[in-house]
Order: sequence, then C-alpha cells, then structure tokens
Amino acid sequence: MALSRDQIAMRVAQEFSDGNYVNLGIGIPTLAANFVPEGIEVMLQSENGLLGMGPYPTEDQIDADMINAGKETVTAITGASIFNSSESFAMIRGGHVDVTVLGAFEVDVNGNIASWMIPGKLIKGMGGAMDLVAGAKNIIVTMTHADKHGNSKLLPECKLPLTGVNCITKIITDLAVLEVDNGAFHLKERAPGVDVEEIKQKTAGKLIVDGDIPEMQF
Amino acid sequence: MSGFDKVVSSYADALEGLKDDMTVIAGGFGLCGIPEGLIAEIKRMGTKGLTIVSNNCGVDGFGLGILLEDRQIKKMVSSYVGENALFEQQLLNGELEVELTPQGTLAEKMRAGGAGIPAFYTATGYGTPVGEGKEVKEFNGRPYILEPSITGEFAIVKAWKADKYGNCMYRHTAMNFNPMAATAGKVTVVEVEEIVEPGELEPSQIHTPGIYVDRIIKGSFEKRIERKVLAKEAK
Repeated sequence: MALSRDQIAMRVAQEFSDGNYVNLGIGIPTLAANFVPEGIEVMLQSENGLLGMGPYPTEDQIDADMINAGKETVTAITGASIFNSSESFAMIRGGHVDVTVLGAFEVDVNGNIASWMIPGKLIKGMGGAMDLVAGAKNIIVTMTHADKHGNSKLLPECKLPLTGVNCITKIITDLAVLEVDNGAFHLKERAPGVDVEEIKQKTAGKLIVDGDIPEMQF
Repeated sequence: MSGFDKVVSSYADALEGLKDDMTVIAGGFGLCGIPEGLIAEIKRMGTKGLTIVSNNCGVDGFGLGILLEDRQIKKMVSSYVGENALFEQQLLNGELEVELTPQGTLAEKMRAGGAGIPAFYTATGYGTPVGEGKEVKEFNGRPYILEPSITGEFAIVKAWKADKYGNCMYRHTAMNFNPMAATAGKVTVVEVEEIVEPGELEPSQIHTPGIYVDRIIKGSFEKRIERKVLAKEAK
C-alpha cells in the first residue's frame, strides 16, 4: 500500500545521522521532525535565521518575535542560535547544512527539480527553495510518486520551470525510495506491499531495477 | 556630540526626504520584525511610484500591504508574495511589477549593496527562470550566475534596542533581513522598541553598528502574528 504522509516522514527521518544540521521544507518534510530515531540528535535550521528550532509553543510561550520559515510561531531549543538572513543563507549556500528535505511537483533523471511555479497559476515566489537546492550537500525530495490523475512526477525531463539543476540525489515517495544517478532513477526500496511493477508503471523517467528490491523497514 | 545624536522625535522627521519613485529597502520577514510606524508614515505621506525591496509584502491591511491600498508601490523585489489578495489583484491588473528573487540572493544583494560590492556570483537560480539573461561563469567546474547588488535611497528597519549613536540590537527572529537592510540605505531609518543610554548595549553584542544608521525613532508595535500555531495542534 502507498505510504501515508506520516509514513513518508518516518522514512525520511531514517536518513538523518547523529549530529546532522537539517533544513525541512513546508509540508511532509516538516513532519519528519516528529520521527527522528531514538539516540539520534539533529539540529533543525529554519532559513529565516534560527538554528536549533524547537516545537511549536504553548500559549504561554508564544512570542511574535519567534517564528519559523513558514511564518508560524515556534520555539528555540537549548543550544539554539539566531542570526540574520545573510548569515542563514551563508550556512545554506556555503554547504554547511547536511540534509535538506523539500517537496516538489516534478523531478527528472538528471536530478533537476521543479517545485515553485506552475505557469498559468498565480506565482507566489520561490522563497528560499532555490538557495537550498543550490547549496545543501544532501537533498532529499518527498512527494507522491504520481499526481492525483495518475501522471508520474518522476520524469525524463521536468516540464515545469526549474528550481534547480543536477541537485537531487534521493527521492522518497509514497511508493518507493529512489536514488538519482547517471541519468536514471535507481529503485532502492519499495513501500510495504507495493510491487516493482506498479513503481515501474508510475515512473516515466528511466528506471533501473537492480536485483531484488527490499521493502522499507519501519 | 549632537552630530552623533540620531534620535528624531516625529515620523515626519524620520522619513524627511522620501520622494516619489524612490527605492526603499525594508527589513522584516512576513510580519515579524517590520517597522510598523514607518510603513504607516509612508502611507500617510502618500508617496507614490515606490520600488520596495523586502522579502514579503505584508498581508491585506497590515505591514507593507497597506501601501498597496493607495497604489503607492510600483515594484516589489521579494522572494515570496503569496500572502495577500490585493497584491494578487494589482499584479494581475498590471498595476504592480514584481521581481521574484531567491531569499538568500535577496539577503546577499542587500549585504553586498551595503558593503560596496556591485555584484556577485551565485549558484542559486542557475538553469532556472531566475538565471535567464544573466551572465554565467564557471568556477571549479560549476556554473554560477552574476547577480547585481541592491541599494536604496532609504532603508527602513525595525530593531529592539538602540542608543542615540544608532547602535542596534535585534530580538530573536525579528532580526531577519533588518541588519542587511540597515547597511543598504543611503538614508537608514531605524524604528525601535526602546532607546537606551549609550553604554547599556555591550559593544561586542551590537548587531548593527551606528555608522550605518542615520535616524532613530521610538515606535510602538502591535507585533501581529501571521500564523499562530500551538504545540497541541502539532501532530
């Protein structure tokens, strides 16, 4: 069966290593913070200028001067630091953030990503997404494998305007974990109960299936 | 000493010299850390044709969004503008121009502008619509685009505490773009929560040294919260 949003987030969280600095995009990526494995400590970076982002506040803790990159009220953990936007993006663009997780509309076999603009719809802006995909060392995309009409989001070539080029190395969808390398998607894991045939059918870009593909472990 | 006393007592004095068609660089991220009183004064002055450089354009009825009501803004340079309906309407009507700029590039454009650096190369935006028409240069095998920096006739900034010399400190994530904005204005005006005596701010803890600041005004702030999310709502 296809994974739920929470299950995708759980699988994402398995990618974190102890001591990682991690930036999580809005949506499923943010949920990954709830599933950090036992014994692993990560520090969350919020690109408006907070390293060591904590949970949402209680009513007593609310502070208009403490928000995250989604403009939501937030707290800081013990050991956090706060800095200006230029410093924040120096961390991102300088390659100091270990893992970035973000959503996308499309990813292609060359690691290109489209995530910010659908022509004909109102353009709201890219925020920090272009900086994140250009700067982080390890960029993971989370999304559903296909759209609600069944069209694949893993393409030979992105059709929508790009957010970044040659930057995506790993994709975690509701059906599979894939790596992007050498002009192809490489199937690494499948969601429990999902067979390779279904993944093949819903992957429009070149897909390499090498040997037996294990199910994801939770 | 009066040469270093930057405190002004009225908003009219704070924004004296602001004219139609000028570029104003504004600190703030969403509604967090915005110079509320200075924005209100620009609305009162009725200055038109402004180019505003700010990460966002406020919301309907608050923050920079109020400058849309009388069509005072000609152009916005921002990374994300999806928060208000009036903005959308004026954009679709062609009454408003927007230059979408990646958030880190925007911060760096302000920082570079204030530091006398006319342009810089960045990987951000290469191969995307942002990079179209911009010079590309390879360094160590990777392509980068040339981004010009930004300065403005005015910068409007919100700080937490300042002394009369213009030394400023910001509070929590209300810092955001404010320190860069402060460096990039020909005239930099800072609206603060509290004016303190010189010496009260520990010199090594000052975020914006007074050299960047021309005018200080004590404001009072509503500090509206854009998205109140509580712990119990989190999954």
